[in-house]
Amino acid sequence: MISELKLNGISRAYGDHRALTELELTVHGGEFIALLGPSGCGKTTALNSIAGLLPLTGGSIDLDGRRIDTLPPEKRGFGMVFQNYALFPHLSVRRNVAFGLRMRKVARPEIERRVNAVLDLVRLAEHAHKLPGQLSGGQQQRVAIARAIVLEPPLVLMDEPLSNLDAALRLDMRAEIRRIHQEFGLTTLYVTHDQEEALSLADRLVVLRAGRVAQIGTPAELYESPRSAYVAAFMGYRNILELTAEVLDGTRATVAGDGVKLVGTLADERDDGPVCTVGAPVRVAIRPEDLRIAADGADVVFEAVAEIVEYHGREFQVDALTRTGQRVHLRTDERVATGDRLALTVDPRRALVFAGGGDGT
Amino acid sequence: MSALAAAPPRPALRHRLAEHGVDRTLLLMLPGIVAIAALFCYPFVYGLGLSFQPSKGGVFGAYRSFFGDSFSSGTIATTFGLAIPSSLINVGLSVPISYRMRGDFRGKRLLLTLLVVPITLGTVLTAEGILEFFGPVGWFNLTLQKLGLVSAGAPMKLINDYWGVLFSLIISGFPFAFLLTHSYLSGIHPALEKAAATLGAGWWQRFRFVTFPLLLPGLLTTFCLTFVLGFSVFPSAMMVGDPDGKTHVISIEAYEQALQNFDYPQGCADAMIMTGLMLAVIALAMGIRALFYSGSTGGKG
Amino acid sequence: MLRTKALTLRPGTWLVWALVVFFLVNVLGVIGSVVLDSFGTTWFNGWSPNGYTSSNYSSAWNEFDLGQVMTVTFEITFLVVGLSLLLGVPAAYALARRSFPGKRAVMLLFVLPILVPPIAYGIPLATVLYKFHLAGSLTGVVLANLVPSIPFVVYTMTPFIEQIDPRLEQAARMCGAPTRSVLGRIVAPLLLPGMLAAGILVLVRTFGMFELTFLTSGPTSQTLVVSLFSAVFSAGIRSAQSIDAMAVIYTGSMLVLLVIALRFVNPTQLVARSRD
Repeated sequence: MISELKLNGISRAYGDHRALTELELTVHGGEFIALLGPSGCGKTTALNSIAGLLPLTGGSIDLDGRRIDTLPPEKRGFGMVFQNYALFPHLSVRRNVAFGLRMRKVARPEIERRVNAVLDLVRLAEHAHKLPGQLSGGQQQRVAIARAIVLEPPLVLMDEPLSNLDAALRLDMRAEIRRIHQEFGLTTLYVTHDQEEALSLADRLVVLRAGRVAQIGTPAELYESPRSAYVAAFMGYRNILELTAEVLDGTRATVAGDGVKLVGTLADERDDGPVCTVGAPVRVAIRPEDLRIAADGADVVFEAVAEIVEYHGREFQVDALTRTGQRVHLRTDERVATGDRLALTVDPRRALVFAGGGDGT
Repeated sequence: MSALAAAPPRPALRHRLAEHGVDRTLLLMLPGIVAIAALFCYPFVYGLGLSFQPSKGGVFGAYRSFFGDSFSSGTIATTFGLAIPSSLINVGLSVPISYRMRGDFRGKRLLLTLLVVPITLGTVLTAEGILEFFGPVGWFNLTLQKLGLVSAGAPMKLINDYWGVLFSLIISGFPFAFLLTHSYLSGIHPALEKAAATLGAGWWQRFRFVTFPLLLPGLLTTFCLTFVLGFSVFPSAMMVGDPDGKTHVISIEAYEQALQNFDYPQGCADAMIMTGLMLAVIALAMGIRALFYSGSTGGKG
Repeated sequence: MLRTKALTLRPGTWLVWALVVFFLVNVLGVIGSVVLDSFGTTWFNGWSPNGYTSSNYSSAWNEFDLGQVMTVTFEITFLVVGLSLLLGVPAAYALARRSFPGKRAVMLLFVLPILVPPIAYGIPLATVLYKFHLAGSLTGVVLANLVPSIPFVVYTMTPFIEQIDPRLEQAARMCGAPTRSVLGRIVAPLLLPGMLAAGILVLVRTFGMFELTFLTSGPTSQTLVVSLFSAVFSAGIRSAQSIDAMAVIYTGSMLVLLVIALRFVNPTQLVARSRD
C-alpha cells in the first residue's frame, strides 16, 4: 500500500479553456476520496491526468516521493474503472481480468490464482468464461473493478462507475465498492456528480467548481459547515435566499429582504472570499428539514403559502411560496394541505450566511 | 364436443403472420426485389443456362474449352497474380497508416478528402494518367534519371506491363482500403486502449492484444472488397497493361469472348467461372472471419 | 512543452507520413500530367510541353461530340439516381423496421450485386438486353446501372432509418395520422438528408461507372467515361492532347460532383456502404 500520493498544483488547459486549475491534494494510503462536482467541473479531467491519459499542463504528481507525472499510463501502475467499463469485448471475463497480469508477464499459475481470488471477491466466479456482452450492467461493472484491482495497484481510479446502472442496483453496487475497498485495502479516488454517493462512500470529499477546488473535507465537515453557497447547494441546502445583511454580531448576522427577516450564522468563509459587511448582499442557505413550521410563540421568520404537498410516509415534503414569490422547500411531519398559510422559523445555527450575492461564491 | 374443446381453434392467418412480423409494410420491399430479380438474378440464371449450351462440345463444352486452352485458363493465375498482391499491399499499408491517424488532428478531413479523389476519379482516368506519369518519358522516369537511378537510354518499363496495372490497383484501391480501415478503427471505442494502458500494456501490446483483434473482422471485409476490385480489373488492364499477354485477366477474356467474338455461351461461362472463383475467395475470408470475435466494438457515440 | 512533444515523433510515425506523402505525390503526378498535357501543343520529352494552347479543348469537344455525350451522361445519371431512390428507399424502410422470416435472404439478394464484379454479371445482363433489343439504348444502360445502385441505396439508407426513433411514427399514429400522412409528414422529412446523401453517392458512382455502361451502351448511349475509354483505346488516330483534354473535362465534372457530394456526406461514406 502507498503511504501518500501528492498532487502538487496539477493543471490541465485546452488552449484558453482551463479544465483544471492547480489542484493540491495529498491522498493517504487506504483512503477513499471522492471528487465531486457537476458535469464539466473538471473532475474527470483530474482523474485522467492522474491516470496519465491526459498530459498535464502544469504541476506535478509524486507517489511516495517519486515523481510519476512524466510516466506514460502503462508505467504508473494505477487501476482504473471507466465510466462505460471499457471491457475488451473480444475477451472472456477471465481474460479481461488477467489482461494486466499477462502484460506484466506474471507466471501462469500465479495469474490463475490471483484472477480466481479476485473473481471470488467480486462474486463472478461462475461467469468467468462468458464474454462481457453476455453480462448484465452490474456484472460488467464488477468485472471492470476486478480488472482494475487484480494488479493490487497503489491507487484505484473510478470514473462515475455507477452512472450507467439503475437506481436499485446503484445502491447495491455502492455497498459492494465500499466492501471491496476495505477488504482489499485499496486507496481509491472516486469521481461522481452524486453527492449522496460521495457522502456515503468517501473518507474525504473534494468539491470542484469550474476546474478549481471549492472545498476539501470529511463528509461531516462539508455537510455541517460548507464554506460557500455553491458547496452548500451541492450538500443538500435546497433553500438559497438572496438577502441583505442588517446587523453583524460576532458570528451572528441578522439578514433581511423580500419580507423575510432572520438571524443566521456567518459561515466560515474562505480567506480570499468577500467579507461580510452591513448592507452588503448575502446568501442564506437552509436545508429543507431545518425550515420548520413555527410553534406558537416562536420567532416567525416569514410566512409562505403551501403550493405543492407530497406525502413521503413519515413526513411531508412541501413547496411553498413567500409573499414576494420566492419558492422555499421544507419537510415537516405536521399535516399540511395545499393552500395552507404557513408560519416558518429556523434555528439561527442552522441558517448559514454567506457574504456576496448573485452568482459569486 | 370434447374433441372440439381439446383442439384449440387455429388462429387466423393474419394473426399467425403478425406473430412472425409479416405485415403490409413488407410490400414496400417488393419493387426493389422485383427490380433486382429481373435485372440481376434472371440474367445470371439465363447466363448460367446459356453457358451450358455452347455451339459445340456438348453441355460442358464452354467450360472444357476454357480450361483446355492454356491462354484462357492462364487468366486465372494472371488475375490472382494481380488481385492478391494488390489487396495485400492495400490492406497492409492501411493498417499502420490508419492506426497512426486515429484521433483528431488538424487537416484530417482535408486528408481524407484528398484520399477520396483517386477512388471517385475511377479507373479510366487513373489509367490515362498512369500512361503519362509512369511512361518512359513521364515525370516518374525523369525523376529517377535525375536521381541517377536509371540511365536516360533505359527507362523503367512500367506501362503496358504488369506493373502499370498493379499501380492502378493501388492508386484506386489503397484509398478505398484506407478509408474503410479508418472507419472500422474509429468504431473501436478509444476507452478500450486507455483501459489497456492503465493495465500496463505498451503501445505494441495495446495494438497486438486489443486493437488488432477487434479490427481483424473489419480487415477481412476490407480485404474482400479490395480483392473484388482487383479481381474484376478491366479498363486499366486494357489501357496500361498488356491485355494480350501479361495482364490478360479473366474479365478481358470474358469480354472478348462475349462482345468481340460474339460467342455468348463462352462469355457467360467465363463470367460464371469468374463469379465462382471470387465467391470462393470471399467465402474463405468470411469463414476465417467467423473464427474471430465480431460483435460490438464499443462504437464511438 | 506539448508542441515539442508533438514534433519529436517516433521513426514509425515519420515512415507513415512519408508513405502518405509519397502516395499523394504520385496521385498528383498522375492527375497533373494529364492536366498539363491537355493544355500542351506537343510534349514528347522533358518536364513540360513545348508550348501551351487551349485549342485541344475545342477540338476534343467537336471530335468526340462531347455535347451529345454530356447530355446522355446526365440523362442516364439522373434517371438512375431517381429510379434507385424510388425503388431502394421503401425497401430500406421495410428492412430497417421489420424483422421477418427470410430477412437474411433478402439482405443477401441486395448484397450480391455489390459483391459480384460488374463484368461478371454485366456480360449475361448484356446478353439478355440484346435478346430484348434493349442493348445499346439509353433504357438498357439505365437498367444495367440500376443493378448496383438499388442495393447501394438500400445499404446506405438502412442505418439511417434505424436511427430514427420508431416511436415518432407511433406518436404520429396516436395523434390520428393515417399511414399516408405518417410517411409524408414524419418519415419523409426526417429521411430527406439520408436520401440526399444516398442520391449523391449514387450520382458519383454512376457517373464513374465504366464496366456496366461499356458492356450495354451503343454509339448513342455512351457516357463520358466510356467515350474516354474508347478514345484512349483507339488512340493513334487522334492526338493524345485532345484525349487528355477530354479526360480533364471528365475529371472536372467529377470534381464538381465530388465537391457537391462532400458538402453533404462524410468522405468515408463514399466508400463504406454501411456501418454494419
